[in-house]
Amino acid sequence: MTPIVEVRDLHKRFGELEVLKGIDFTVAEGEVVSIIGASGSGKTTLLRCLNLLEEFHQGDVLIGGEAIGYHLRHGQRVRIGEREVARQRAMTGMVFQAFNLFPHMSALDNVTLGLTKVRGMPRPQAVELADHWLDRVGMLERRDHRPSQLSGGQQQRVAIARAIAMSPKVMLFDEATSALDPERVGEVLETIRSLAQEGMTMVLVTHEMRFARDVSDKVVFMEDGRIAEQGPPQRLFLNPESPRLQAFLKTSSF
Amino acid sequence: MNYHFNFAPILAQWPLLLSGIGLGLLLALVSIAIGSVLGLVVAFASRAPSRWLRSLAFTWISILRNLPILVIVLFLFFGMPQLGLSLDKITSFIVALSLYASAYMAEVFRGGLMSVPQGLVEAGQAIGLTSLRIKRYIVLPIMFRNALPAFGNNFISLFKDTSLAATIAVPELTYYARKINSETFRVIEVWLVASLLYIVCCYAITLVLRAMEKRLVLEKN
Repeated sequence: MTPIVEVRDLHKRFGELEVLKGIDFTVAEGEVVSIIGASGSGKTTLLRCLNLLEEFHQGDVLIGGEAIGYHLRHGQRVRIGEREVARQRAMTGMVFQAFNLFPHMSALDNVTLGLTKVRGMPRPQAVELADHWLDRVGMLERRDHRPSQLSGGQQQRVAIARAIAMSPKVMLFDEATSALDPERVGEVLETIRSLAQEGMTMVLVTHEMRFARDVSDKVVFMEDGRIAEQGPPQRLFLNPESPRLQAFLKTSSF
Repeated sequence: MNYHFNFAPILAQWPLLLSGIGLGLLLALVSIAIGSVLGLVVAFASRAPSRWLRSLAFTWISILRNLPILVIVLFLFFGMPQLGLSLDKITSFIVALSLYASAYMAEVFRGGLMSVPQGLVEAGQAIGLTSLRIKRYIVLPIMFRNALPAFGNNFISLFKDTSLAATIAVPELTYYARKINSETFRVIEVWLVASLLYIVCCYAITLVLRAMEKRLVLEKN
């Protein structure tokens, strides 16, 4: 079966600095993959390459079997046009560390914007679908609130609804709980966990090791722009092979 | 001091004063509208990827902001006919104030654009919006809200600048005040009344803008 996400020999540079030095990994349908590693190891950059928020310089990213971002013209690697990029981005859903809700819109309109303007859904249908997902993340009662009237945890749950309502093939979470007050982390993790249990395909960049261990099917450990080790969480967390991962796990709190 | 105030001859001219302030408001509204559209274009140009566009925008801003408005008014009204372009005085003044306003509005909107967090643009990209739609539904609405207080200050300032139209005989409030002054010699009274009219007008504009701010400006959290 075609994997939902396939990354082959991915390289990414910021000027002289190579931050991704040949990444290979796949995510199967329904799989939950956590990317862990120290800050600066390239995990967020990798995630942002999956929805073209970052350009990359070599290698391929395939979402649902479709190569994204680039095509070959006369043997040259050319970035595809803006409309195509936008279409391909909508194949993935992204949840940001800083929530990034549109501050001038209600929770409901945050969710319906993509449905009406990208998916071309009529407003009543978009509202119905948005209500469904807001209910699913426990935010239906506050659908008419502005982001400034919501707590961080509530904003992040709206952001999850906004992303997932677009029916992406895969959900990407970029340190979704790092900006939250400690007492708000649980509600967001619980939301993510329940979506995972329903079979949503997910890639999470996270510092929540316990969560990564409990929820993931696969854990990817990154170190200095490379994947140092990957495999099922039981093996990585209980019997880490590389000394780097052993050291990393020692310094991470569970 | 033994001055006897006599407002009667001035108040008898109320239709003139009223039409003067009306014309002043109209000049300000039209010029600010044109200046805002121009300013928005210049603001976007000042943040464009093309270096050529950016320096064009900054040249535009620095020329117009460093010229006194009176010089622009006189230059256009007396200078342009020499180049074969005669505009009537009202049009000429509107062109001058619009150009001047465009530089200030460009700065207001440039600040507004810089206040839109990159994360919101990325959130728009992530749900598959094209860059035009991101501008339309995310960047512009947030920019206008954040720019509103600065926009208001410039609005008041530009409205007061309409008094300079009197120098080229555009019949706005200052023009009529001078006229009534020379006809009645009630110097103190006429300028008191004119001042009061300007203050009331500016205050009313402030109230309207504040009400808009209250409704529109985004709370930080």
